[in-house]
Amino acid sequence: MSADQTLIAYTLRLADNALILAQRMIELVAAEPELEEELANANFALDYIGQARMLYSHAGELEGNGRSEDEFAFMRDEHEFRNLLLLEQPNGHFGDALVRQFLFEAFYLHLLEALIACSDQGLSEIAARAIKEVKYHNRHSAQWLVRLGDGTEFSRERVQASLDNAWRYTGEMFTGDDIDVAFQRDFDGPNLNAIRDLWKRDVERTVTEATLRLPDEQWMVSGGKQGQHSEHFGFLLAEMQYLQRSFPSATW
Amino acid sequence: MYTQGLDQAGNDKQSGVETAEQLAAFQKRVDAEEKIEAKDWMPEAYRRTLIRQISQHAHSEIIGMQPEGNWLTRAPSLKRKAILLAKVQDEAGHGLYLYSAAETLGVSRDQMVADLLSGKAKYSSIFNYPTLTWADIGAIGWLVDGAAIMNQIPLCRCSYGPYARAMVRVCKEESFHQRQGFDIMLTLCRGTAAQKAMAQDALNRWWWPSLMMFGPNDTESKHSAQSMAWKIKRFSNDELRQKFVDVTVQQAEFLGIRVPDDELSFDPESGHYTFGEIDWQEFIDVVAGNGPCNKQRLEKRQYAHNEGEWVRAAAQAYASKQAARAAA
Ligand SMILES: [Fe+2]
Ligand SMILES: [Fe+2]
Ligand SMILES: [Fe+2]
Repeated sequence: MSADQTLIAYTLRLADNALILAQRMIELVAAEPELEEELANANFALDYIGQARMLYSHAGELEGNGRSEDEFAFMRDEHEFRNLLLLEQPNGHFGDALVRQFLFEAFYLHLLEALIACSDQGLSEIAARAIKEVKYHNRHSAQWLVRLGDGTEFSRERVQASLDNAWRYTGEMFTGDDIDVAFQRDFDGPNLNAIRDLWKRDVERTVTEATLRLPDEQWMVSGGKQGQHSEHFGFLLAEMQYLQRSFPSATW
Repeated sequence: MYTQGLDQAGNDKQSGVETAEQLAAFQKRVDAEEKIEAKDWMPEAYRRTLIRQISQHAHSEIIGMQPEGNWLTRAPSLKRKAILLAKVQDEAGHGLYLYSAAETLGVSRDQMVADLLSGKAKYSSIFNYPTLTWADIGAIGWLVDGAAIMNQIPLCRCSYGPYARAMVRVCKEESFHQRQGFDIMLTLCRGTAAQKAMAQDALNRWWWPSLMMFGPNDTESKHSAQSMAWKIKRFSNDELRQKFVDVTVQQAEFLGIRVPDDELSFDPESGHYTFGEIDWQEFIDVVAGNGPCNKQRLEKRQYAHNEGEWVRAAAQAYASKQAARAAA
């Protein structure tokens, strides 16, 4: 794989993460437990759609074949998407969606920090914008985790189960493959081992404050980064892509 | 603004403690275009009329998130998805300011929400129609937000200060929504034959319900005279509806789609369009709960509220623990 191909593939993974998480979040519109959370969820999802658009456009420019953000989003098949499995998981209840958000963003924050320092100027600029948004999201999610953990007996048990269930998807964030290795080497990209340590430290701090316990070391599922998704994913794409696919030549 | 139910609900009996002097002094302030503020004396019926109107408006913003939210996951481009999400977020924000404005009149948000969930409170009938195609998102922005603006611009001068100020902010955002909706329609009408057909179908289904948004004819509108005297209302239902028809018919011509009314014609003498009779039975049915989506909309709200119960309970328990810790 050439350096250019590495950069495009890496950028698309980031874009897919942003888009797929946003798509799950917007399923929650009009279903939040209170009005203030409607505003927060919509606001954060908008940030992710914005990031996905910047990242797809950047990938399109790097590729140089005139592929638009919408072609990336709506005209690729399941196996061409390279998002983390964690992000495509169904929303479940408020605690499940919250834990997904919290675990991913605790990682993403450090990833973006590292990306600001990478040698690709476009990615570095996008990361610098995104990190401001994600810092804010992360504070919000951490506060909610503490409220649910240290709330009622019921909420503690419920969100502990969310944490236990989501944990198996976290390994994928730190398992570097050829693209991660090449991106680190050729573009001064993130060191995933170092990020794992920071992530663990941050997650442990909030989980402790929330009076929850960190799940035990366990078997981890992976495959999203290589295009092998869960059964849920095809339905997500079918819904998201249906208009573009039904009217392939139309402008919207 | 979605306050049409105003004319159906409620029955304001004035309590006996209000003197003729108080009422006259209040009317004098209103006539002088002074803003009435939360702490000022006001007739009980004025207060109750405003609570009903503002809370209905707030509920409409919240329920209105559903028909539009229905296309969020299927929006046909990332740009349209972002615009629609921003719009739905604005509507949640409108709900929030309006609940706050109503709270200044001494009713709690919890009470208003409880009235919505129990089916006691009304919201605009327009949101009880389904969004069946992407063009419906265009039609809602163009027609429904368009009608809302017609209704709401005069409310920016409403005699009750907190409501008037909330409306100034809301109106700015509604006019964005209207333009974005029109832009969706324009793109469809300039697109393929199938897209244009989709736009026409949406206009066919949304035209008459949009006209109903202005409420009953003036001859049927019970509360209007009092609301006008109090300067809560500035124009009658029929005046606003006429204004909407005059503007919107020309926009439909520009789009190249047909308004579904055989009786529609321009009257050069008055400078207005004359239009056919609204199916008032349909309006009455939908307001009474028998529209295509009334049950679905309310059930979704109830479900979200019930599913969120444990989350709100946890937040409350945590807050009390924190307060106890701080006190210790
Ligand atoms: Fe409104
Ligand atoms: Fe609104
Ligand atoms: Fe609006």
